[in-house]
Amino acid sequence: MSDATPMFEARDLARYFDVSRPLLQRLIAREGRRTLRAVDGISFTIPKGTTLSLVGESGCGKSTVARLAVGLYAPTAGEVRFDGQDLAQARSMAEQRRRMQMIFQDPYASLNPRWRVADIIAEPIRAFGLVRSRAEQESRVAELLTQVGLSPLDGQKFPHEFSGGQRQRISIARALSSNPEFLVCDEPTSALDVSVQAQILNLMKELQQRFGLTYLFISHNLAVVRQVSDRIGVMYLGRLAELAPAETLFRAPRHPYTRALMEAIPDLDMTGRERVPVGGEVPSPITPPSGCAFHPRCPLANERCRRERPELKPAGEAMVACHAVEEGRDDAMPMPAIARNAA
Amino acid sequence: MSNAAPLLQVRNLRVEFPTRRGTLVALDDVSFEIAPGEVLGVVGESGAGKSMTGAAIIGLLEPPGRIAGGQILLDGRRIDNLRYEEMRRIRGKEIGAIFQDPLTTLNPLYTVGRQLAETMTTHLPIGPAEARRRAIEWLELVGIPAAAQRIDSYPHEFSGGMRQRVVIALALCAEPRLIVADEPTTALDVSIQAQVIALLKRLAREKGTAMMLVTHDMGVIAETADRVAVMYAGRIVEIGPVREVVKHANHPYSAGLMASIPPLDRRVERLAQIDGAMPRLSAIPEGCAYNPRCPQVFEKCRRQRPELMDAATTRAACWLFDTETDRE
Repeated sequence: MSDATPMFEARDLARYFDVSRPLLQRLIAREGRRTLRAVDGISFTIPKGTTLSLVGESGCGKSTVARLAVGLYAPTAGEVRFDGQDLAQARSMAEQRRRMQMIFQDPYASLNPRWRVADIIAEPIRAFGLVRSRAEQESRVAELLTQVGLSPLDGQKFPHEFSGGQRQRISIARALSSNPEFLVCDEPTSALDVSVQAQILNLMKELQQRFGLTYLFISHNLAVVRQVSDRIGVMYLGRLAELAPAETLFRAPRHPYTRALMEAIPDLDMTGRERVPVGGEVPSPITPPSGCAFHPRCPLANERCRRERPELKPAGEAMVACHAVEEGRDDAMPMPAIARNAA
Repeated sequence: MSNAAPLLQVRNLRVEFPTRRGTLVALDDVSFEIAPGEVLGVVGESGAGKSMTGAAIIGLLEPPGRIAGGQILLDGRRIDNLRYEEMRRIRGKEIGAIFQDPLTTLNPLYTVGRQLAETMTTHLPIGPAEARRRAIEWLELVGIPAAAQRIDSYPHEFSGGMRQRVVIALALCAEPRLIVADEPTTALDVSIQAQVIALLKRLAREKGTAMMLVTHDMGVIAETADRVAVMYAGRIVEIGPVREVVKHANHPYSAGLMASIPPLDRRVERLAQIDGAMPRLSAIPEGCAYNPRCPQVFEKCRRQRPELMDAATTRAACWLFDTETDRE
């Protein structure tokens, strides 16, 4: 893999938002500008045909990464490279856009209720001029509907006539209509029931194999992520805490936050068992803690963690941003039950 | 648990929605009981009638929905036919409700302390000073740090997890005997979710509060509930002890539902899925509502609707468990 150009690369990517109050109020209250560091320097690559997932709790910046990846936000610092090319420098943005598409969380809000499904799916085809005639467009839409498990006749209906799972199939058909190579999926199954979620995840896997798609998958659900990912990045407060091959992460999570997160998930085998909650709250990204952002909740934190921000460093097959792991102090925290059972 | 007298009894509950195109039956012949200190989990896909059941019990069905049949009894007393004012007194005092979204449950214009104190002075024979003292106690109990300082804060000053804990304090502060919790942790992150669940379990255990826990998160059910009811298209299709329903479901729908949950402890190439979708209320199939999607369907399923019957360790509404049915 190392010699091939990755499909996607984030290099020291950062995105800050100005959340200051209006100038006059700032002057009266004598306060400065306030910056929210939604994404604060993260780097990763996604090889062609593979899936990288970003997991984390709300506010960790994973959706901001998704938006940066497709160019919906411009990075404050760092760069987004798509197929070896810096997205900000790309000569033809339209061509790049055709090659990358996004699937959103809410299949109710992301489809125009006044358009027929066939028109929704055909819009990217028309926008990028991918067909020469009306007839060709119609047959392409019918083909896409079939690919996502709907009937070509469904094209004449409106979105409200479909269930949540069917709508998400329509979103996927729309995303595929421009023949993309890279799909950014922001919580694509979070709004769906578990039985429908299985249908959509299976469909996404099939499509990946069939068309060699590359996925950036955003989710808060570790069980879902385990099923779809080749590699997983765990985010905390705008930074990567750990980046590892999927199986490595679940067999031997290294970062204390990853371990705590795994211990906190309820599981079907839990009947009658207590899970161990992660103590405390996720801090505000406007005033992140000094040093390692996880230190106020971390059982392994010491003076260095409070002072110095850890960088992502190799630890076995994984990359971990933790002083305790680097210094070999992480044995003090037990492996979560999930990893213990697998071993 | 089963030997204690039930606190809540729901008998043959039927909820209808009159529409221009005829009457829709949202709940059809739903019966179950909850004993003091017991947690009944209610699961199913959206539209199966889980939340509707909860709303019917607390008397907050959205009009034009109405209870068209059956009874709801709290401690042996009928509460489904009470007048609005009578029901209002029971809500809060006898039945506490926790909804999914803490932002819409709390009044943004009143401080958290005022909302708690007001609930207590309305339902309990105590004065404002005592109510304030207890409000601080409740906030401490649900794990709000520095409760005495934060009691005069407004809801927007709390984080999402904190707000949901305030909502729980609000539902519990009048010391109801039954709590109807509709997706109480769905809006929360896993770490906060674990805290909230631990709190609810402790309260059920320590105060003997009965709880109906509606959620689509099977993990939460597995760790919290004593018994589980699985709903499909407005009916209970299976009910039984949590371990049995989650690990060895008898009804093909419950089994399919449990199998479609992505496992956390291993990777599978392809997740088990139930093909198709739950029918709309206006087009519920004849016979068993699940028959068009059921892998084990046979002739009788298409003709006649099964009622709950004994199925090994649970009760399931499925002809597979009828000893007198010939499966040809």
